[in-house]
Amino acid sequence: MASPLEQFKIKPLIDIQAGSLDLSYTNSSLFMTIALVLGSGILILGMSRAAVIPGRMQSIAELMYEFVGNLIRDTIGSEGRKYFPFIFSLFVFILLGNMLGMIPYAFTFTSHIIVTLALAMVVFVGVTILGFAKHGLHFFKFFVPPGVPGPMLLLLVPIEVISYLSRPISLSVRLFANMLAGHTLIKVIAGFVFGLGAVTFAVGGILPLALITALTALEILIAFLQAYVFAILTCLYINDALHMH
Amino acid sequence: MDASAAKLIGAGLAVIGVIGSGIGIGNVFAAYIQAIGRNPSAKDDVRTELFLGFALVEALALFALIVALLLLFVF
Repeated sequence: MASPLEQFKIKPLIDIQAGSLDLSYTNSSLFMTIALVLGSGILILGMSRAAVIPGRMQSIAELMYEFVGNLIRDTIGSEGRKYFPFIFSLFVFILLGNMLGMIPYAFTFTSHIIVTLALAMVVFVGVTILGFAKHGLHFFKFFVPPGVPGPMLLLLVPIEVISYLSRPISLSVRLFANMLAGHTLIKVIAGFVFGLGAVTFAVGGILPLALITALTALEILIAFLQAYVFAILTCLYINDALHMH
Repeated sequence: MDASAAKLIGAGLAVIGVIGSGIGIGNVFAAYIQAIGRNPSAKDDVRTELFLGFALVEALALFALIVALLLLFVF
């Protein structure tokens, strides 16, 4: 049997070489393009003939808008309105990336750490710039917990700095690990269906097949949940930068 | 010891970390059930925090799983 990690292999579809740089259009880029086209397609088509009583497409677009809108209102408040386009695009892109990956034989681009790290670094650098732009050098106060006696600060400030710097890592590894582990798990159990079925005249394959069905449902939940968690953590980070403690 | 045997044992040891996540997810859901038992009207408000907590705890188990997968398939 092929390795369960085979599904994450990046294959170049159109070879593009710029000097020593490999800029090939890969299956990863293909699915990013699909996610982008699908995401903007749903929103543009859905809202092109906007009516007071929404149709199916318009309902989807409005549901997504309301969902992210509520999320931002709950975590950042009215000041968060400015960051809506950013968080909304992040959410839709990651959600579609995760969901497209659930289609058999499709490629999950969020299962690559470089993709999620790039997204997380955009959030991290953006939030840091936002913090400095909003508070100037007072932003360094963020690392000093209020109401802590002097000597304890020697211990707490480095911890705060480390926890701040580890944000992009935890944000990206969470998404990437969830996608990688989920898809690997499904592939491994799929191997059991074949393996058990071959020795027991297909009867033994029923149990792992039922397990796969349940796991696929769980994976679809996780796909949504991880996009949601990414969006909500981005909101919390922006909230931290705007309001400090 | 044979290197490939050590690899398999290492992968097995790496997934011990999942125990902690099991306890964590149990705690998250226990607290959720307690919360809605005490105040059923808070159900919808608590649910977002439930999923956030669930996802954060679950991610830790996956870090252990990633180490195991790396040991099995990469090295």
